[in-house]
This record gives sequence, C-alpha cells and structure tokens, in this order.
Amino acid sequence: MVGAKGKALRSRDHARVADIVLNTSRADQVEVAVETADIYLTRFANSEIHQNTGEHTTEVVVRSVFGQKVGVASTTSLDRGAVEETVRRAEDIAKLQPENPGFPGLPGPAEYGAADGYCEETAACSPEQRAAGVAEICGLAVKNGLVASGSFSTAAREAMVANSRGLLAEMRFTRANLLTVAMSTTGSGYGEQFSVCVGDIDPRQVAEEAVEGCLADAEPGDVEPGEYEAIFEEYAVADMIQMLAYMGLGALAFQEGRSFMSGNIGQKITGGNITIWDDGLDPAGVPLPFDVEGVPKQKVVLIEGGVARGVVYDSYTAAREGKQSTGHAISPLPSAGPFAVNLFMAGGDSSLEEMIAATKRGIYVKRLHYTNPVHPVKSLLTGMTRDGTFLVENGRIVRPVKNLRFTESILGALGSAELVSRETKLLPLYSLGGVRAPAVKVKRFTFTGVTEY
Amino acid sequence: MRDVPELEDALDLAVAKGASYADIRVVRRRQESISVKNGTVEGVSMSEDRGFGVRVLVDGAWGFASSSKLDLDEALRVAGDAVRIARASATVKQRDVSLAPVRPVTDSHTTPCRVDPFEVPVDEKIQLLLDADGLVREDRRVRVSTASMSFFEEEKAFISTEGARIDQKRVESGAGLSAVAVGQGEVQRRSYPAAFGGDFACAGYEFVEALDLPGHAEQVGREAGELLEAPQCPSVTTTVIVGTNQMALQIHESCGHPSELDRVLGTEASYAGTSFLTPEKRGKFRYGSELVSITADATIPGGLGSFGYDDEGVPAQRTPLVDGGIFANYLTSRETATRFGEMSGGTMRADGPHRMPIIRMTNINLEPGDWTLEEMIRDTKEGIFLDTNKSWSIDDKRLNFQFGTEVGYLIKDGAIAGMVKNPTYTGITPEFWGGCDAVAGRDEWHLWGIPSCGKGEPMQVAHVGHGSAPARFRNVRVGVGKW
Repeated sequence: MVGAKGKALRSRDHARVADIVLNTSRADQVEVAVETADIYLTRFANSEIHQNTGEHTTEVVVRSVFGQKVGVASTTSLDRGAVEETVRRAEDIAKLQPENPGFPGLPGPAEYGAADGYCEETAACSPEQRAAGVAEICGLAVKNGLVASGSFSTAAREAMVANSRGLLAEMRFTRANLLTVAMSTTGSGYGEQFSVCVGDIDPRQVAEEAVEGCLADAEPGDVEPGEYEAIFEEYAVADMIQMLAYMGLGALAFQEGRSFMSGNIGQKITGGNITIWDDGLDPAGVPLPFDVEGVPKQKVVLIEGGVARGVVYDSYTAAREGKQSTGHAISPLPSAGPFAVNLFMAGGDSSLEEMIAATKRGIYVKRLHYTNPVHPVKSLLTGMTRDGTFLVENGRIVRPVKNLRFTESILGALGSAELVSRETKLLPLYSLGGVRAPAVKVKRFTFTGVTEY
Repeated sequence: MRDVPELEDALDLAVAKGASYADIRVVRRRQESISVKNGTVEGVSMSEDRGFGVRVLVDGAWGFASSSKLDLDEALRVAGDAVRIARASATVKQRDVSLAPVRPVTDSHTTPCRVDPFEVPVDEKIQLLLDADGLVREDRRVRVSTASMSFFEEEKAFISTEGARIDQKRVESGAGLSAVAVGQGEVQRRSYPAAFGGDFACAGYEFVEALDLPGHAEQVGREAGELLEAPQCPSVTTTVIVGTNQMALQIHESCGHPSELDRVLGTEASYAGTSFLTPEKRGKFRYGSELVSITADATIPGGLGSFGYDDEGVPAQRTPLVDGGIFANYLTSRETATRFGEMSGGTMRADGPHRMPIIRMTNINLEPGDWTLEEMIRDTKEGIFLDTNKSWSIDDKRLNFQFGTEVGYLIKDGAIAGMVKNPTYTGITPEFWGGCDAVAGRDEWHLWGIPSCGKGEPMQVAHVGHGSAPARFRNVRVGVGKW
C-alpha cells in the first residue's frame, strides 16, 4: 500500500469492497478498482459566479478473467448486493466471449515508489475559499473595465486496485486549478495555475496575468497568414505536448503504425533541444504512483535530444513486444491503449524576453485553442491562437493581431526550435494528469488562416 | 422511480434553509459496450451508475451538489451542501437569477424501442461484429479493423419545488465499423456509417440490425486501401459538395454551438469560447443563403437529441434557428430566456446526476432542399465531394473553422473524376453558408446521432442529433497546409 509520504491509507469502504469481490469471485482471476472522489468547481463569467457545483462519486470496476476471456463491469454503488451483482455480471460477460489471445493475465504484486500527490488543504477547501479567489479576480477585472470568466476547482480522490494475484495498490491525490480569461470589447488575456495544493495558487497573480494580457491585446489588427518565426508561451507548448501524447506516444498507436514514433525509434524526429518524458513519481508534476491496473509507473523517456526513444505501455501492449508494462493503462480493456499523463518537457537556457529580443519578424502566441490532429503520422495539427497573439518585429512586440489558424507539423515546427525557456509551468492534462512545459521559440511556423477578431 | 419519494424530502430541507427554488434529479444509467478488433473481442463492458443532483437558488444565485449514495441522510447532506455553495455564489454576483415561468406537470415519457438491446444475447452481438470485422480485412492493405456497438439506457426522475414530477426513460443503440490501412508512409481510415463509433439513435437493437454492418464492411476496407494510393487533395479554392455525414458536424460546430444562448451570453467564455451570433443579430443577420434553414427539433421520434422534457421540466420543442438564411432564434433555458422576456426553448440537459444542466443541442437539422446529390455533381463543372468527418476545429467565436474528411472525390465536368486523400476545407461560418446554392431533398436526408458532444466545466457529454442532406457550397478553400 502506498500513499502520501508512504503512509498506509486503505479506506475501510474500499477494503470492504475488495473483500467482497475477491471472496465472491468464481473467475480464474479477478481485479477490482475502486475510486471515491469529492470534486468541487466554482465557475464564473461576466464577473460573477454562474455555476457552482460539488459532487461525491464512487465507482467500482470489476475485471473477471476465465482463461483469456475477459469481462468488465462497473457500478457506482458500494452496497454489498450491487458489488456482488457487478462481479456476477463481469463473469457472465467473460464466459460468453471467445478467448483473447493477446490478454497477458492480470499483473502481479509490485513495490510502489513514493508519490506525494495529496494536500490536506486542497481536500478541505470550502466554497467560501473558492468564491474569495474568484472575487479577487473579478474585482481586478472590473476595476480595469474588463469582464472576467473562468473556473476554480478543487478535487480529492482515493483510489485502490486489488487483484486475486495479490496485487494491492492504494493512493489518494488532490488537484487544484484556477484559470481565467479577462475580456474587453476587442481583446482578451489569460492566466492559469495548477497544483496538488490549493495553497500554491495565487488568485491575484492569475488575475494580474490575465488583466495585463487583455490590456495589451486591445484592438488587434490584421496580419497576413504565412510562415513566421513564432514564440509560444508555456500554455501553447503544453497543448502541443498533450496532442503529441494523444497522437502517438502510446504503444497501441505505435504498434499499429498510426504514430509518428512508428518505425522511428532511434531516429531524429525533431529539434536537438527537445526532450520529453513521462514520470508519474516526480513531485514537480502531479504524482500518480500506479495506473488503473495497479502497475507502478515507470519513468519513460519519449524523445531525447530530438531522437525518438520510446513509448508508454500497458499490460496488453507490453505483452505483444515481450516487455513489462510501464504503468500507463487508462482502462482495464485494451481498446483505449496506454496514455502518458505525467508529461515533462526539458527547459533550456532562455527566457521569453530573450526570445522576443531574438525575433526579427514573428508571431507571439499566448495559448492555442481547439487543437485537433489532421494527420497523426505527420504530427500535423490544426487549431487557433487565442487570448493574446502579437506581432514581433526587430526584437520587440509591436502590436496585437487577430487570432490566427495554424495547420502545421508539431514535430516539424519543434525541429526548428531555437530557444527554450529555463522556466517551466505545470498545467493540467485531461482530468488526472499534468504536463510541465517551457516556452519555445521556433524559426518556422505556418499560420494558414485568420479570423475577424 | 422507487427512491424518489424519500429523496425529495431534500427539497423541503433546501427551502427551509432559504432556497427560493430547488429541484432534484434522480438518475439511473446503464451502458453496454462491445468492440472487436482484427478478429478478436477487444472488450465487453457493462456499467451502471446511479445518483442524484440537487440544484438550488439561494439569494439569487445557483448552487448544486450531488452524490452516488441514494439514501435520505445523504440527500439531506447534499441539499445542505447545495445551499451552502449557493450562498458562496451569491457573494460574487452581478444580478439575481430569474427564471422564465414553466407550467409544472406530472408526466412520463419513453423513447421508442422495439427490441430491448440489453436482452439480446451478448454472444449474438459479438458474432455480428466478428462477421463484419472479418469482411473489413478482406483487403490486405487493412492493418486494423474494428467493429463496435453500444447501448445506453437512462431512467430519470425530475421533481421541483414548483410542483413538477416527471419520469423519463430513454434507450439508445448505435454501431459502426472502421478500417485503417497502412503503407507507403501513409495511414488512411474509412468508416461506416460514420467515424467515432458509427451512428446512434433513440431506438432498440433493430437500429443496429438495420445498419447492416456486414453488408458495408468490404467496401470500407477496400476504400481505406485505395486511399493509400490516392493523390493528395489539391490546395485550391473551389466548389465543395459536403456529404450528409460531414454536414452533420458542419451544422454541429458552426450553427448548433453558436446558437446556445448561455455561450452567447458568455458563460462558456473561458472554456470553448463565446459566439459570433450576438443578441443584436437575432432576426436580422444573414447567416447563410436563402436555401439555408436550420431547425432545433427535440420532438423527432428516435432522434438522439429527442426527449419529452428537458432537465428543467420544460417540454421538448421545435424551434427555427436559421430561417431562409436569416438567423432567427437561440437554444435557450429558463434563465437565459428571460433576457428576451420569453419562455424557455427547453434545451437544458445534464450529463447524468452529477452535473448541473446547461444548454445543449437537441436535434439541429438542416432542412432538406429539392436537389439530389447526383444532380449536384452533374451540375458542377469543377469541384470536390467530401464526406465522413475525420478532424475538426473552430475558433472561440465559431467563425473560422477547418474540417478534415476521410475521403474526397474530385469532380470534373459533372462527373466524379477520382479519389483524393487527406482532404481538408476551411472557411468563415457566414461566408461559407452564404455560398450554399444547393441542398439535397428528403430522400437523402438522414438524422445522425452523435453521442459525444462536449461542453462545459466540469466536462459534460451530450447525446445530440443532426438531420442533414448533401449540400453544395461555392468558393471554398480546400487542401489546407503543407503536405
């Protein structure tokens, strides 16, 4: 068992459910995963709170195995009857299936590294505390004649995985996230902070970043689409890394030839100053010691000095290559494939100021919007810039410009990365994980369209 | 539902603690998903979830809390939590929430379902998928074949302090298959009847059988293979004929989302953004050509966006959004409708018990015209026919969009002149719809079900429908980017 600072945490509810499942199962192997979550979110727009929610949820997922036949069933009830019924259902489903020759069996017991991803202050954060943070942001926006929108969320989760081979893993973790968009009639600015601990989040800083950005973004002008030098803040780079993970840093896409990593391990695929890895135990991220199968998370170097080094694995994909899972399963079924959710990109030795000073004519991008893959093997992505796009000329920001659409190979663009910032920023990745990213200046980036604002 | 009489005591507690309005939704959902891949059963899963959510108005502000634990003590705790949250909301407000009136009703509603999909044996469903999946791989260029089906059932009780008591039950079914071909440095996909899991409807297993997956499997595999050999889509500005499946997503992103009045009023500003359809444009703005009429219709039997009542107890309605090219109406809620002094359009829905309802699309439909696809192609000197969505992106006011489709066919002198790969097209929403000069008729109109519309924080996934027919657009930029 693992948890905050190695302390044993096993929830009595979770232990009871595990006992029910393990003792009533008639399958060759059985696995049970239980998660309990308390999630709060205060949402604001037009400088007022318009949605404010709290949820208490539970989920029990049972995976039953007969030979290589696998059935999965889940319930949100912790009642004995419901749990037993879920076990029966998983068994019935498994029995009706043909064998899945790719199923490697459930993982065995393991040792877990220390991963402190829990903060009592976050778990105890009240609606009044979140409202006070929102009030600070809205107050500064209104004072500057702007409108603030955003959300302030805090979440505490406990999760356990146990199986009939003796695996038992338990963790608890917290997340806190505050983000805001400040808007005028013509421009917008953005600020966001994310941490395990809500005490690390400073609403004033978030507000100032968004308000200052919005005031600088007043009355953006036109610029022709085309190829430019480009500077991307950490928000934009984190989005790119997240999309790389989605398009091809998992073993399933890699094995099926759908990934930009397929056939390229050991090959240079992007700039020599680009190093990306996944590490579920690094406290500089949002630690998660194991995956949904209870397999300990391994550090996986994905791209090192621009060279493709490896991808992340779950049990299914690892067995296909005779490897061990790296602890990156996100589902007890193989269809989803493994996913890197604790991503890091190495910082460099530059700063945003130095990047601007080094730019002859380029575009400065605060963040990206609605990015989506166009061609995963080419790492081709489309999306928009948002909440602060500026023209840089002769080493200084000269004016805000209207949002631009891009259609570009991300690895190709990062292949022309000239400068990488020392500073990195931690941002959320989907609902569980995080990505720590630097700012980057690239020599070439293709903007393919404009909009009217 | 059995649990409701006990849990509704939570509403009394909310009122006693100061709520001027409260409602409770008790929801039970179950889902069965089956997928096969390359001849192997990838997964069969059955999930059940249940819970309730309490929404309260206190001091003119909203609070919401929910739980998976269905008992009275928990309901009272959750109601107290919702009131406390609402009081916190009231400390940061610009105005009091007001609600358009609705006649409280006691009623029930069930969607049509001939064959209960949960009663069809799992092994029978698996065999259907394995049969189709095997046929997809008849083409040797196919590296990955998949076939899947899923079924969803929801029972929901809604009770409000205004006296509404509504029970609803819906059953949804859907299925699809796809082929991924790999070779020559390319990866190409074809799907049937649509990508991302296929097509869905409020219907029973009869819907899956009618899709005839095995009957379309070989074509899907063959076309994926052919795409590997096809030339790259040219980069030109030309005439585009959008097929009915891609049209569904075009409507979704460029008309459905921008018509959501909560988005227009700014409540999604920090997430997916706002909308170019600002209030002064209503009734005046030319959204598209005269051939473009788009309707929100939650009353179509079997539509994935159909229901009896929304999650505020407002009856399902049919509302014109774009009428003869002019932007006419929004999708509204009880709260947002008060901005126009109107009644709610009945589009508030929540993704299960743990989410607060927000405005969601229903069935957003391009009304049929009087052309046929064949006539459109014959009438086009030079252009491209695009279908089956592959990628999508739109800016934070829903103006600048870019879509990719699985396949494109060049048109020359009124005939199909060959397949192209990696087609994309881009445009500005009103300019694009303004270039519409032909819409196909009712015979080629299809109501698609999309069970994956994302919106809001925390994320809520809605099940929506889009009725669409092929349509033609002039002066569209295709083949975007460097290839």
